[in-house]
Amino acid sequence: MSDSTAGPDRESQATREAVDRRDFLWEALKASLGVPIALCVVRVPELRGMQEGGDEVVERIYGMGIDVRKCIGCGHCAQACKSENDVPDEPYFFNTWVERYVIRTDGEIVVDSPNGGIDGFPPIEEEGSTLRTFFVPKLCNHCEDAPCVQVCPVGATFITDDGAVLVDEEYCIGCGYCVQACPYGARWFDPVKHVARKCTFCYHRLAKGKVPACVEVCPTSARLFGEVGHRANPLARFLRFNEIQVLKPHLNTKPKVFYANLDGEVR
Amino acid sequence: MPQQVTRLGIAFAVLAIVFVAVRQTLVPDTFGDAGHYRAAAVDSIAAQSLKYAGHEACTLCHRPIAEKRSASNHSGVSCEVCHGPAAEHVTAPGSVKPSAPRERGFCPLCHGYNASRPSGFPQIDPVAHNPTVPCMTCHDPHAPEPPVIPGECRACHGRIASQKAVSHHAVLPCLTCHDAPEEHKATPRAVRPGKPSSRDFCAGCHAEDAASPAHIPRVDTATHGEDYLCWQCHYPHHPEAD
Repeated sequence: MSDSTAGPDRESQATREAVDRRDFLWEALKASLGVPIALCVVRVPELRGMQEGGDEVVERIYGMGIDVRKCIGCGHCAQACKSENDVPDEPYFFNTWVERYVIRTDGEIVVDSPNGGIDGFPPIEEEGSTLRTFFVPKLCNHCEDAPCVQVCPVGATFITDDGAVLVDEEYCIGCGYCVQACPYGARWFDPVKHVARKCTFCYHRLAKGKVPACVEVCPTSARLFGEVGHRANPLARFLRFNEIQVLKPHLNTKPKVFYANLDGEVR
Repeated sequence: MPQQVTRLGIAFAVLAIVFVAVRQTLVPDTFGDAGHYRAAAVDSIAAQSLKYAGHEACTLCHRPIAEKRSASNHSGVSCEVCHGPAAEHVTAPGSVKPSAPRERGFCPLCHGYNASRPSGFPQIDPVAHNPTVPCMTCHDPHAPEPPVIPGECRACHGRIASQKAVSHHAVLPCLTCHDAPEEHKATPRAVRPGKPSSRDFCAGCHAEDAASPAHIPRVDTATHGEDYLCWQCHYPHHPEAD
């Protein structure tokens, strides 16, 4: 062994001793923790602001009641919704629509909704073999645990403080996951705006102290609107005095559209 | 500080700055203010303009006609059900007039006979009911009480009538089993029609010793379903027994 070769060896040994593995990992950990901690420092004032602002929010959760036995299937609700919310006229796009159920004596169940019920319904074929028949208005159920909100990859579908499920049309990327995810078929893809759309409970009308357009024009008061959990409002009364069912309760989506006198065959 | 740590530190710092910069650019303002969404979207959705003004707005100017309507059978029917969206008319009453459907096709959207409608809801057969005459000739839509008290039960009870029409009881007039006071036709809910209350009524035709035509099915009323009233099993408007 010569001195010339011993020099670098000693040097590297000295370096190894100066930064051993433990120190190196410790420094690296500190550096990597620094970033999230710095972000937290930035975010904390925002969070505080949210909590302080939260006290002023009026606590209300919107909901709709539908009495199936009162629905005459006139389709005015579907028409009014299209007018109010600029829904395209084509018969595939609806925020709300009316279905006709025909349950036959042989057990067959026929469901139709020609143009959402807007133009009325043709006579039932073979009326003699009908066991029972009725109309069911359908719309977005504004679920408390909404599958469409869960699948939205960008946060364009969201639930407001008052329980309405809305779409941010400026932020929606048009991927269509929510259309697939909705178990009620309540979502559709706007062919003009190229964004997903849905019933908003006529959120712009609620903001101005009015009821949704479908409720406004329902001639038999089969639809009514109010708040969940508050005593003096039409929905609270509806929930007190009717036997209530929601659509597809087994999915645990917790809908806020409540049906009275709903037949078990309705899906 | 050792060189490697300094370099790593710089690398992490650059990454952090890039991350924050990219995040600032990509994430819109107000995103996350109230939840995992753009809080400003709620305001822009709430700011959309109205198309339907609501019946309260109509009442402000059209009080007499609103009072007439609210005293009639159409009291629950909002103005814009027939007249269409009228928010523009409210802001510019002179220049924008709401529609007023006068053609025969409009009223049957609600009042045309349809088997799926609830029984008791007034329905007519648009083909047979005074064809070619506009509905408004006889009915005032703001007070739609029929000008002539309906002669036929089917004017309101279309579902029952159409079931009965294809049943073994087709030839029986409604009044065979029901007594319907004249007042029932004018005030249907205040004065109700009568209906049979005992097994003896059906037995009048269907008992073995009944004085009725021979082709009518007979049962021994002493043993046939003695614990029940007849209509608990058989629907009189469409009796199931063959």
